[in-house]
Amino acid sequence: MSSTRSDSHDKNGLLSGNGEGAKRGEVLPRQVITERLVAAGYIADRNLATAIALMQMLGRPLLLEGEAGVGKTEVAKALAIAHETELIRLQCYEGLDQSAALYEWNYQRQLLAIQARQGMDAAEIERGIFSEDYLLERPLLAAIRRPRPPVLLVDEIDRADEEFEAFLLELLSDFQISIPELGTVRATSIPHVVLTSNGTRELSDALRRRCLYHYVDYPDVDREARIIMARVAGAGASLALQVARLVEKIRKEDLRKVPGVAETLDWAAVLVGLDIVDLHAEPETVHETLMCLLKTREDRVRISREVTERLLGRVA
Amino acid sequence: MSCCDTLLTADDMNEFSRLVAKRLAAFLRTLRDNAFAVGLKEGQDAASLMQTEMATRPDLLRSAFKHLFCARKADWDRFDGVFDAFWLGKHLRSRAIVSDASKPSGSSQAQAAADDARSGPALGDQLPKSDETDDRAGGSEGRMEGASRVESLQQTDFRKLSDPDAIEKAHMIAARLAAAMRVRLTRRDVARRKGYRLDLRRTIHRNVSHGGVPINPVRRRRKTKPLRLVMLLDASGSMSMYTGIFLRFMHGVLDAFREAEAFLFHTQLAHVSDAMKERDAARALDRLSMMVQGAGGGTRIGECLQTFNRAYAERVIHSRTCVMIVSDGYETGDAALLGREMAALARRCRRIVWLNPMMGWDGYTPEASGIKAALPYVDLHAPAHSLESLAALEPYLAKL
Repeated sequence: MSSTRSDSHDKNGLLSGNGEGAKRGEVLPRQVITERLVAAGYIADRNLATAIALMQMLGRPLLLEGEAGVGKTEVAKALAIAHETELIRLQCYEGLDQSAALYEWNYQRQLLAIQARQGMDAAEIERGIFSEDYLLERPLLAAIRRPRPPVLLVDEIDRADEEFEAFLLELLSDFQISIPELGTVRATSIPHVVLTSNGTRELSDALRRRCLYHYVDYPDVDREARIIMARVAGAGASLALQVARLVEKIRKEDLRKVPGVAETLDWAAVLVGLDIVDLHAEPETVHETLMCLLKTREDRVRISREVTERLLGRVA
Repeated sequence: MSCCDTLLTADDMNEFSRLVAKRLAAFLRTLRDNAFAVGLKEGQDAASLMQTEMATRPDLLRSAFKHLFCARKADWDRFDGVFDAFWLGKHLRSRAIVSDASKPSGSSQAQAAADDARSGPALGDQLPKSDETDDRAGGSEGRMEGASRVESLQQTDFRKLSDPDAIEKAHMIAARLAAAMRVRLTRRDVARRKGYRLDLRRTIHRNVSHGGVPINPVRRRRKTKPLRLVMLLDASGSMSMYTGIFLRFMHGVLDAFREAEAFLFHTQLAHVSDAMKERDAARALDRLSMMVQGAGGGTRIGECLQTFNRAYAERVIHSRTCVMIVSDGYETGDAALLGREMAALARRCRRIVWLNPMMGWDGYTPEASGIKAALPYVDLHAPAHSLESLAALEPYLAKL
């Protein structure tokens, strides 16, 4: 670490706080967590509330795994609302590197500044342009420099390369980063970290062991119905239950893309928009609007009119 | 601490916490025996949880421990059984789970598969010296241009390997080949890609004195991406002569390639990457033996591929994936299904290589219904009956 360098640049105001004294998020009781999640429109199961309580008690990141569309990202969003804090999201992808995740220099402004100061001492110019004013925060740097601990969502970590995963591990254990031109930046606050993974790539054991683990499954009929009622304005209990039951049956069919919760919500919204209160009364419309749930041609073909009616018939 | 109604003396408290600590330590041991990765930190965290009100509520404690000790879906699904067995004494349901997981190896079946390839005439004095094989693995073209003794082993059909020492040597060569293949692939990748991009940060650093005009631009080489290899190995009865050696080869490949996945199939498909990642190759073989034991009931390649396409393909295949199927193509199931699933697989990955041990046999033609249905979708159908034939694949793989 370039500690000597960092002292000389302290005037930038970058290096406030330190790892030890950095603020941790407030600890909320489980009951409060559940209530606030519900208020935020997220119907959590009991297990998840425990996981979040543990996150706060042990200060560990939470790793959420599960099929696409089960609402992993929603957990982080709801958590931010529950803590009344900001959500900072880092979407991972193949080739994601530190400059996109951590910080970047504002090259255009740097070039302009260099030209404006022509004739000055080169070393002086360099010190000037590699300072806070020209630093562009990216999600990870932003997350550790907020005065109030934010929720940091590292979305789809399995898409990022292994090198990035290792780097992230280091950051999440030390909560400090080193910028060569500036020195070490220590965390002002320690964010609540949520990582999600779809299992595109097997994650390292090191990362898994640092995290609390929670497997997010498709909600059961009852919970999905409550989610629909919480999220879709105008959806009554009876319709929500019918929709949840039918979706559960569709998920059991042999599909290429199993519909997620977001699709269910889209569909429920469409049904509400069409003023449908009873699915059995409108099998035709139900079949036609299934495009909200079925996103490939093969699946569309597979759930034929007859299949829809059969599924509907079984919806009690 | 106030987890009990009665007032406890300090001594009682100490005794109590000692008991709790002992019980917790035993639980951690049980978890480790059941292949949970539990470290010191988890143990400490668990101990601190035991000091909170959670300790008085089993359901809450179970949920908390579950989040703490599980690291993947497989753990998640098994945890409740192990927890209940230990803390709630629900022996019946849980004992099966506990014993099932804690003894993946060492069963009487285990030895059988390891011995799989040990039949046929002896190879006798055809063993290569280890330094010769070293040379070969690091050789320029991956071709077999070594001493004749080496060559004779490399050309020997795997079926005829029987001497345990000879098999051991052959296994070593296979593992080294896999390692050499990986090195070559990576190096060629770098040399071939000429794509460069500007490193703005360094360029500005260097050109401050020119008023920021990038007279001396700094360029960056594009990062090379590793090729991913997905191996599907036929472990059916008709392949039993070859299974041992290919398992070893697969082990070498998984060890050497950063991105590789391994599957075994006969009448069912099994994802074996984790079992194969065992450092000790002999133990990896042991762990796999039970899966291999299922062999004998025919080969349902089509059904296995269907399972693969449904359950795994999305996860393990990306645009730079080469799927390598090692099979003789004897399909006892529906050949039409095999064709359909091969077509689906071909749409997903970059290349399909089909390694066929039968191709090394004199007068072999791909007449079996399975292989005929599959061939239209295969980019390379190559023999794989000897180490030489495996090595000959390397230049092809390097071009992917």
